[in-house]
Amino acid sequence: MRVLATSILSALALAAATSALAAASDADFKAAFAAAEAAEKQAGALRNRWTTTEAALVEAKKAADAGDLDRAVAAAKEAEALAKASIFQANSEKEAWKALEIR
Amino acid sequence: MQARFAISLASAALALAALVLIARSATAADAPDPAADAKAFQDFFTRKFPAVKREDFVNGPYSMNEDMRKQWEEKEQFPPYEFALEAGKEMFSTPFKNGKTYADCFPNGGIGIRQDYPYFDTKEGKVVTLELALNRCREANGEAPYSYVKDEMASLTAYMAFTSRGKPFDVKIPNDARALEAYENGKRYFYTRRGQLNFSCASCHVQGAGQRMRAEILAPALGILNAMPIYRSEWSGMGTISRRFVTCNTQTRAVPLEPQSDEYRDLEYYLSYLSNGLPIAGPGARP
Repeated sequence: MRVLATSILSALALAAATSALAAASDADFKAAFAAAEAAEKQAGALRNRWTTTEAALVEAKKAADAGDLDRAVAAAKEAEALAKASIFQANSEKEAWKALEIR
Repeated sequence: MQARFAISLASAALALAALVLIARSATAADAPDPAADAKAFQDFFTRKFPAVKREDFVNGPYSMNEDMRKQWEEKEQFPPYEFALEAGKEMFSTPFKNGKTYADCFPNGGIGIRQDYPYFDTKEGKVVTLELALNRCREANGEAPYSYVKDEMASLTAYMAFTSRGKPFDVKIPNDARALEAYENGKRYFYTRRGQLNFSCASCHVQGAGQRMRAEILAPALGILNAMPIYRSEWSGMGTISRRFVTCNTQTRAVPLEPQSDEYRDLEYYLSYLSNGLPIAGPGARP
């Protein structure tokens, strides 16, 4: 009985792990890329895009075109994180720049 | 009782007066004052580099390092910008298809006027740089505009700067709220951190001025535009002010703005104003 329970639990754990590591789908990529693009558009409106965000977006697109969706999703998520950092920078600098001014 | 009331009243009046004074001084401190800014800016650099003469700041890194200065003085015997200068002179005097020349677009035929640019155009309500004025001149005469970051524009501005060598920068801020706003926008751009490296223009050219970044010595912001355009060994060619701004942004991993965007025009206005009184030294050469 105990062996059976252990086997079932192991099987369930394995299934969960496999599902977590499952290959990214096209839908995953599209969602991640859209989120990254939206964040980058916001950074653009603040006149504060970063070259690294742009590079990550290009990399994501390239990887998706090559069928490597795992890499594409990872690059899109990186692009989104970078874009969000640039938005944070632009917003915090709206006041922070004054501290550097020579008076 | 009456005395206590009088004391309370006097205290309240004093407190009110103090509040008014504080509010007034805070407002005064926040009010834009370009002349005070320029004095503070120039004082900052002359204090930071007491051995450098004020007019020598226009020579950028060469004013900060004796070895580099010697190399530069030798290079000036056969300056690398000479070809651009000659090309610019020829371009400047060559008529457009309609027979007119650049001289027809500028005061004093375009000779010896570099120190007056950029200026604030009260009709347009915007800053007009020399590069922009040159392209507007071309377009007004039926010619295609030049790229702001390539050789032709650098050659033209090199020649015009050369005819102004030694003349002190004389950028004016007219009594127009929009001009003051453009100046303040330029200031904000100069001090705002951007790019993944989180650098502002001031990070390198104020805090880092005179220090090394890899093999380079960072030029002080004071006088930094006086020697423009420049031949840069790093570029293996000439570069305009537009090219300099674009490159600076890219180096901090920020996507550069469009050359002659409002932000860059305002930045040029701000930086040039702060260097008023310092001589034009362009075209220059930098490592």
